[in-house]
Amino acid sequence: MAGGKEIKSKIGSINNTRKITSAMEKVAVSKMRKAQERVAATRPYAEGMRKVIGNIAQGNIEYRHPYLSERDVKRVGYIIISTDRGLCGGLNTNEFKKVVLEMKSWKNQNVEAEFAVIGNKATAFFKRFGGKVVAQQTGSGDVPRLADVIGTVKVMLQAYLEGRIDRLFLVYNTFVNTMKQEPVIDQLLPLPQTEVSPKEHNWDYLYEPDPQPILDMLLDRYIESQVYQGVVENVASEHAARMVAMKAATDNAGNLMDDLKLVYNKARQAAITQELSEIVAGAAAVG
Amino acid sequence: MAMTVQLDVVSAEEKIFSGLVESVQVTGSEGELGILPFHAPLLTPLKPGMVRIVKQFGEEHVIYVAGGVLEVQPDSITVLADIAVRGEDLDEQAALDAQKRATEAMQHAGADFNYAEAAAQLAEAIAQLRVIQKLRKK
Repeated sequence: MAGGKEIKSKIGSINNTRKITSAMEKVAVSKMRKAQERVAATRPYAEGMRKVIGNIAQGNIEYRHPYLSERDVKRVGYIIISTDRGLCGGLNTNEFKKVVLEMKSWKNQNVEAEFAVIGNKATAFFKRFGGKVVAQQTGSGDVPRLADVIGTVKVMLQAYLEGRIDRLFLVYNTFVNTMKQEPVIDQLLPLPQTEVSPKEHNWDYLYEPDPQPILDMLLDRYIESQVYQGVVENVASEHAARMVAMKAATDNAGNLMDDLKLVYNKARQAAITQELSEIVAGAAAVG
Repeated sequence: MAMTVQLDVVSAEEKIFSGLVESVQVTGSEGELGILPFHAPLLTPLKPGMVRIVKQFGEEHVIYVAGGVLEVQPDSITVLADIAVRGEDLDEQAALDAQKRATEAMQHAGADFNYAEAAAQLAEAIAQLRVIQKLRKK
């Protein structure tokens, strides 16, 4: 029986792979749901922050925070959020491609870039790509904490305040829906201006003690929460992408198994036919 | 019935409390504060400590916050709570750690790194070989 045994063991090994990919798919589905809930849970805080900062901006304080004022762009900073693990389709690759394209256009304008990377994949990529990486963070896992990003964000905020970078961007994958995740580049600093509406409210907060330190504190927290939201959303995207990738892998393994079974059966039939004809021929020779 | 005001206690990671309350007591940076409905707009940083809430119908509730900001409007109160106790030097330390990790990651390759890098290089080499083969065929 030509290759029958080999084909059979091949089928067995593909079946094992299929079991693994289908298990990974199921794990990703449940993790994705939890991650989505976590994304929703971060929204009230960011909304509250935005409201308060908006109110302060509309109030009449003299203090102008450096985060709010535009300046000439000579150097830019990027905080790039990636996954720690692979097997999630083109999620990271698409994201990095987008960054590389941006880098090209900055290079044409003679603008240099600094990077802060979150996640193993981005670290490995920038090690190869050769950017200037000033901060790194990995191992946030499926339940990232805000404390994980504080250090990385602080490095970039300091760079901005010292004038080492003039703009700060955040790169991550947004969760559009289960089938679709899109890499986006958001500008963090200077804070995109909200259009100044005519003063419909002529009140201001009582600040205790002073508006300036409160605004400083709020803006730092706001940037951190934006980055944290990015991290959480990237986790949701990761699981969604992995779910789709593993589903495709499971389907492919199924198809491959069907094909191989066909080959195996053909080989088996051919062997039986051959054996029968040998017996018949032998019987004819004797008779 | 006592007057009430909407209170939201939120942190960057989750919503901690949301509902109507009769009064709130917090530890502001300048001292203890008690907020009742229709308070004037106020903004103050919070010290790590308890937030004592008297809910509608008088039920008491205590939440611990590690700092944050209190925003008061006549019709709503928002506590933007910190997740963990923060301090300038703690943040500084976290930033230094992140920088150190960056230099380490870029210089010394860990076990996981080597693998990712090798895989990428292999993919590149295979692509180059394919191009070469195609060119040879022509």
